[in-house]
Amino acid sequence: MDVTMIFSMQNELSLIAVLVIVLLADLILKRPNHKALQNLTCVLMLIHIALNVVPQTVDLFGGMYHSTPMASAVKTILSVGTLLVFMQSGQWLGREDTQHKAGEFYVLTLSTLLGMFFMVSAGSFVMFYVGLELASIPMACLVAFDKYRHHSAEAGAKFILNSMFSSAIMLYGLSFVYGTCGTTYFADLPQLLTGTPLQIMAMVFFFAGLGFKLSLVPFHMWTPDTYQGAPTPVSGYLSVISKGAAAFALMSILLKVFGNMVDNWSLLLSVVIVITITVANLFAILQENLKRFMAYSSISQAGYIMLAVLAGSEQGMSSLVYYIVVYIVANLAVFGVIGAVEQQTGGKVDRDTYNGLYRTNPKLTFVMTLALFSLAGIPPFAGFFSKFFVFASAFHSGYWIVVFLALINTIISLYYYLLIVKAMYITPSDAPVPTFRTPRMMRASLFLCLLGIVLLGICSGVFDWLTDLSVR
Amino acid sequence: MELEVHVIHYLIVSTIMMFCGIYGFFTRKNLLALLISVELMLNAANINFSVCNRYLFPDALEGHFFSLFGIAIAAAETAVAIAIIINVYRNVKQVLTDDITDLKG
Repeated sequence: MDVTMIFSMQNELSLIAVLVIVLLADLILKRPNHKALQNLTCVLMLIHIALNVVPQTVDLFGGMYHSTPMASAVKTILSVGTLLVFMQSGQWLGREDTQHKAGEFYVLTLSTLLGMFFMVSAGSFVMFYVGLELASIPMACLVAFDKYRHHSAEAGAKFILNSMFSSAIMLYGLSFVYGTCGTTYFADLPQLLTGTPLQIMAMVFFFAGLGFKLSLVPFHMWTPDTYQGAPTPVSGYLSVISKGAAAFALMSILLKVFGNMVDNWSLLLSVVIVITITVANLFAILQENLKRFMAYSSISQAGYIMLAVLAGSEQGMSSLVYYIVVYIVANLAVFGVIGAVEQQTGGKVDRDTYNGLYRTNPKLTFVMTLALFSLAGIPPFAGFFSKFFVFASAFHSGYWIVVFLALINTIISLYYYLLIVKAMYITPSDAPVPTFRTPRMMRASLFLCLLGIVLLGICSGVFDWLTDLSVR
Repeated sequence: MELEVHVIHYLIVSTIMMFCGIYGFFTRKNLLALLISVELMLNAANINFSVCNRYLFPDALEGHFFSLFGIAIAAAETAVAIAIIINVYRNVKQVLTDDITDLKG
């Protein structure tokens, strides 16, 4: 075994380098250093993305680490999303009670990203479990980051306890996978997993554990509380990056490892998808708090993402990743606007705050509107195409009843997304949020999100590229 | 009469531990008791791994390694969870779930 082969883990190594440099810079720079740290981290992330933009296949440590071109592309996409979150978090970190721990925020976020990298390119359940936990333990610290705000602490407690509970359930399932097969490697498992009753039970436990991370109904109880209590950039990060990584990992494991048990999990998944989308949509209509509303919206989006898993084909894989890309830009645009308004008004995130926003802040309103249209799936924005590809792949595999129910739910979702648009444009307000300018980084990130929403749908090259990667 | 201990006996113990943990997680009111319940569940899984390795697949050590990783990660999780619970206590002077209900709806 050659030591130099560790260098082929290029994606992870460059991220570790970014993490260490940011950590050292935080120690060396004089405080308050949040502005310098933000610039440094964004530049380093840009370099990291540029270095890893070409997808490659890597197989290391006897199959324990296995990265396909698709996994490699997913890692790059997650890095871009993280960069957008970093660009949006400047104003929040510049507040007086958080500015001395800006460095901690970047380091913790980067370490969760590292965990996700190992999770999506795991070749064995040991690696997968370690990656998953590396992604969720620092996440709990991030959720409880606003130490003196009671809501943040409460959300953190709910998040860490639920995350531990779900990993315990998942681990119990994995112990039976190991007990019946005698191995934890993804390469050896498929021929040993034949669908005996014990293995079906193990699969259900495993699915329940990951369902918690993905916040599928009925495992979604923690999501609204956590999103509402967590700082807004962290909610944004949790809703797109963490969810995207978990969805991709779930898909590759269900297809690669539990491939022989497709009859068992496809029924389970169909029921979960329909319940997830319907329940989340009905609850989203009732929400007044926008962060809570976005939590329910993200639960229903997770249901749509799972449709691609249900399809279980190469087309499904590429449409899943495409959906994640589009979802990242649209959702981060919404969370960016919510964060900007929240900082401006001193913590207001209710829908009433947005009444009459169009008259005072037309540009911000425009970004928010397009992002909500994209989330609802109105053509010609990217959200329409991502939903279309996901539906098409599930329909192609013969799950037309599920697709039909999901389509009905899309119409319901249009209603509640438009409620916010109505508040911004039509509902009059005596005291709308006064006109304000957001920091330059935030404007840049919102502009990038806007570009993504408009261009990702029109440029068919992105989807072709992903399709090409999924068959390679 | 001599009773031979085999996989099934260990599995009975671990299953009881697992479901005691789940029961505890749903019924306890104290955050620390919730944490203890979750630890019980994690340890049930660790027992399963070690026992399956020892009795069913004694020629490789994967199961033992998995339970070692499980123990280490559970320790890290507990540390973070206790830190957060202390923070909750500082903010509301209470660690009972009935009193931590600001976020709901």
